[in-house]
Amino acid sequence: MNRFPLLDPKGIIGLDERNLMIVAAVLMLLVVIPVYIMAFVIARRYRAGNTGREYRPDWGSSWRYELAWWAFPCAVILVLSIITWQSSHALDPSQPIASPAAPLTIQVVALDWKWLFIYPQQHIASVNLAVIPVGTPIDFEITADAPMNSFWIPRLGGQIYAMPGMATHLHLMADVPGDYRGLSANFSGAGFSDMTFTARAESAGEFTAWAAGIAAATTTDPALTAPSFEALAKPSTAVAPVFYSSADPALYNEIVKQYVR
Amino acid sequence: MFGNLTAAAFEHNWIVNAAVASMGLALVGVAALLTYLRRWRWLWREWLTTLDHKRIGVMYLVVAAVMLFKGGVDALMMRGQQAVAAGAAQGYLSANHYDQIFTAHGVTMIFFVAMPLVFGLFNLIIPLQIGSRDVAFPFLNAVSFWLFAAGAALFNASLAVGHFAATGWLAYPPLSELAYSPGVGVDYWIWCLQIAGIGSLLSGINFLATIITMRAPGMKLMKMPMFIWNALGTIVLVVFAFPVLTATLGMLFLDRFFSMHFFTAAAGGNAMMYVNLIWSWGHPEVYILVLPAFGIFSEVVSVFSEKKIFGYASMVAATAAITLLSFMVWLHHFFTMGAGADVNAFFGIATMVIAIPTGVKIFNWLFTMYKGRVHFTTPMYWFFGFVATFTLGGMAGVLMAVPAADFELHNSLFLVAHFHTMIVGGVLFGLFAGFTYWFPKFTGFKLDERLGKWAFWCWIVGFFLAFVPLYILGFMGATRRLDHYAASTGWQPLFIVAGIGAVIIAIGVLFQLAQIVVSILWRERYRDTTNGDPWNGRTLEWSVGTPVPVYNFAVIPNAAERDPLWEAKRRGCWPPKENPAYEDITLPRNSAVPVIIAALGFLFGFGIVWHIVWLALASAAGIVAALITRSCDNDTEYVISAAEVERMESQRMESRLQKP
Amino acid sequence: MNSGTTINDEKRYFGFWAYLMSDCLLFGALFAAYAVLRGNVAGGPAGSEIFSLPFVFGETLILLTSSFTAGLASLAAYRGSKRGVLGWLTATFALGAAFLAMEMTEFTRLVRSGNGPQRSGFLTSYFTLVGTHGLHIAAGLLWMAVLIVQIAASRSLTPKMARRVSLLGLFWHFLDIVWIFIFTIVYLMGVM
Repeated sequence: MNRFPLLDPKGIIGLDERNLMIVAAVLMLLVVIPVYIMAFVIARRYRAGNTGREYRPDWGSSWRYELAWWAFPCAVILVLSIITWQSSHALDPSQPIASPAAPLTIQVVALDWKWLFIYPQQHIASVNLAVIPVGTPIDFEITADAPMNSFWIPRLGGQIYAMPGMATHLHLMADVPGDYRGLSANFSGAGFSDMTFTARAESAGEFTAWAAGIAAATTTDPALTAPSFEALAKPSTAVAPVFYSSADPALYNEIVKQYVR
Repeated sequence: MFGNLTAAAFEHNWIVNAAVASMGLALVGVAALLTYLRRWRWLWREWLTTLDHKRIGVMYLVVAAVMLFKGGVDALMMRGQQAVAAGAAQGYLSANHYDQIFTAHGVTMIFFVAMPLVFGLFNLIIPLQIGSRDVAFPFLNAVSFWLFAAGAALFNASLAVGHFAATGWLAYPPLSELAYSPGVGVDYWIWCLQIAGIGSLLSGINFLATIITMRAPGMKLMKMPMFIWNALGTIVLVVFAFPVLTATLGMLFLDRFFSMHFFTAAAGGNAMMYVNLIWSWGHPEVYILVLPAFGIFSEVVSVFSEKKIFGYASMVAATAAITLLSFMVWLHHFFTMGAGADVNAFFGIATMVIAIPTGVKIFNWLFTMYKGRVHFTTPMYWFFGFVATFTLGGMAGVLMAVPAADFELHNSLFLVAHFHTMIVGGVLFGLFAGFTYWFPKFTGFKLDERLGKWAFWCWIVGFFLAFVPLYILGFMGATRRLDHYAASTGWQPLFIVAGIGAVIIAIGVLFQLAQIVVSILWRERYRDTTNGDPWNGRTLEWSVGTPVPVYNFAVIPNAAERDPLWEAKRRGCWPPKENPAYEDITLPRNSAVPVIIAALGFLFGFGIVWHIVWLALASAAGIVAALITRSCDNDTEYVISAAEVERMESQRMESRLQKP
Repeated sequence: MNSGTTINDEKRYFGFWAYLMSDCLLFGALFAAYAVLRGNVAGGPAGSEIFSLPFVFGETLILLTSSFTAGLASLAAYRGSKRGVLGWLTATFALGAAFLAMEMTEFTRLVRSGNGPQRSGFLTSYFTLVGTHGLHIAAGLLWMAVLIVQIAASRSLTPKMARRVSLLGLFWHFLDIVWIFIFTIVYLMGVM
């Protein structure tokens, strides 16, 4: 299971989504398995060489049978529809996760071809490494200064598009510490295959220490300002993690708004 | 003089050079063969300028076969790349080249393989099944085909001159906008689809008019064969959906050519509008492809079970429901846009609802076999392959129709596996079944059954080997369109299995090729000796002789019953005892105008792609001039006299009696 | 199967209606794009700042009149009156050309004042929607011109020509209806 992030999630959202998939698949099997069995049995029983079987060439309709297979899929789909309606609302990515812990906001900018994470509460930023505290709901605010991408950490839950000029929200939470693979799921050009990042879930204490360390390292880590962002935004591939000891608090909104003007 | 076209457009890497060279060699080879056999005149008169729907149908199939080869090579190259490109090994293709290949693969398979297979079969079958001598507008029909061919030619030209789009087959902006794709690739993409798409739209209008106004006397709507019902659903979708594609491509073109702002990131464009528009064409397109396959299976299952189709009225209702619903589900292609829970849930449920009529169809097919006599011919093999794959793919589809589940599956290889299951297992298997089924109608001999079944087994085994790993890879978090990946993901073994699957499918294609060649070479062995009705058919196309005469029906049949031929045979009034009263038959003359229009259309597209404005303008003017010339031509038809029809019919009878 | 028989007419009329329906969807897509982009002025002018309602109202009256004369041409075609068809078609052509000239004037004025289609998403969608209608009008005028010459050159009005006049009339009425939507949605609602 270690290699199957979708089946072995490490966060509440991912877990709910996996369970949903299993329920839906089982419901579908209620239709699929009878179809497989019927196809096999009927074809075998009524093969041309199998003489002695009843042959009714004009038998072309039956209220009872037809009603049955309009009604049966209808029933299955009805159940699925209810599940769909409920799960769409319960797992709406823009909806905050109910939790006693105060949520952490991380602003995500998809760039050609790397991910920028701005921590507005910590006033720091990082590229291609998102450190998050375990057990804390994370509100990812997502945009792009590049073609459309899709922000996805499979082990924590589903994806959402990152689009220039627009801001989407994705609420996720990690329950177990670990390094999780994050990536762009929507093709965005030549460097797309390397547009991956690490989502590192640590304990709340470790996270605070990490953020403080970055903020303190003013000599090694530059500040994220409009000019340094512009330099960063230029296309580059397979970028190793970069850290910014401070981040312009207005930058994210400016990135979103630059296209709306 | 040459716009943006410079010598650099002809510089490629060795793989592209090899492809271009083989394309050139193939063209030269065909030309040489035609010259050697002195067949140029024959080609021009009998084929290129023909307005006969049957020949146009055959030409569609030929182009589709050629393009299937190209799309198949693309697929093998991608499978090869992903099988090796793990970790430090970046594979043998550059990222940009790989991106062009997957874009081209999608475009090829949807627009230049599946669409022409569908329209080819429509041309061959629809007029015959509805008891008509022609389509409604034979000239327009030829124009449609040739525009499609011009689009295909422009697409292939991108390989030799310049490059193709590297954006994915639907070219989402802003990636496809000038800011991120400055080359000619996206322009080629726009214009090859625009030209071919207009051909498809015109075809749709033509076949809609054909089915509505040209059915044989007695053939009320509820007497139409199931294939015709499905064709009707298809072309209604074409007529309603393709204008949206035309408009959307036009907008992207305006953005790129005139720096407008429909979909740009800057200056008030809206890229998500493109995604909405393109899928409000794109989702109906899926059903444009699969409905004809449903129609084929309805014919095939009924004929090879020697039993009438079960639940005809249910089938019609299901077809109509699918046609209607297919316009209401486009948003399920981008639940991850963040439209909100209500919108997502609505479109998710609408999507699942389509599974109901589809399920009804499958049950009806199964019950058509029930209490019938099932003959395990190759078309039936394809049907069983379809049931096995399509239900699996449908299950995956419903899974992804649940928005919250789709967040985890969207854009992954699970999605890729899903739609290949639908399009290979649904569309392609259906079209293969139809091809095998109707082949003897137009050639006078059947296809070899044994080779056909070998091809089937290769396809089905190869299919599961190629795509089950992709379903699994989806659960491993593998996305589509990766030209390489980290070794730590552990994906490589599955990619290798998928590659082996692709090779087995390729072997299946070779068997199909062998099947056709063997059947042609030893055609006497496969000769249909049954007066054009080798399968004990039920519908009107099997009532005319083989090969089908140019006028289809010497006498327009009466079709007051479903399965008119079957009923006539059962009543013992088929074949007819006495000679019918023949009448004069009017048919369209050949015309070179469609070929000329398409050639100019190609030049127009090429001119626009490379910003050679004079060429584009001159070609457009040429098209207008050709149309005006045609409108002034009052001599577009010829008459076969009743006496001549009688002579031709009796000659056909004699030649058939002489055969062993 | 002869060109003059009724069945042929039925399929031609049906086919042409099917074409008009598909064209309707093309305009539908452009209207949708306009509806989405009309607020995206990107710092440029909104519709109320650049539209001249009286001018456009004049355009509308001219097009409506041309639709009327096109109807009269169709009626003349039913009567088999060559002179009537020629006269009314010529009138329609003149009115259509005047409409197109006015539209070109308006476009030129906008482009000259720096408000061309490249200015903003709104203007892009505006020019495309109205321009596509104008392109249809231009195509209709070309069709009309060819038909006028063909009819003038022939000895009498053949059934084929009469049918073309009537189909052209359908096309022209269709463009008229599309224009009414443009007038209402783009101009009236734009100014309000």
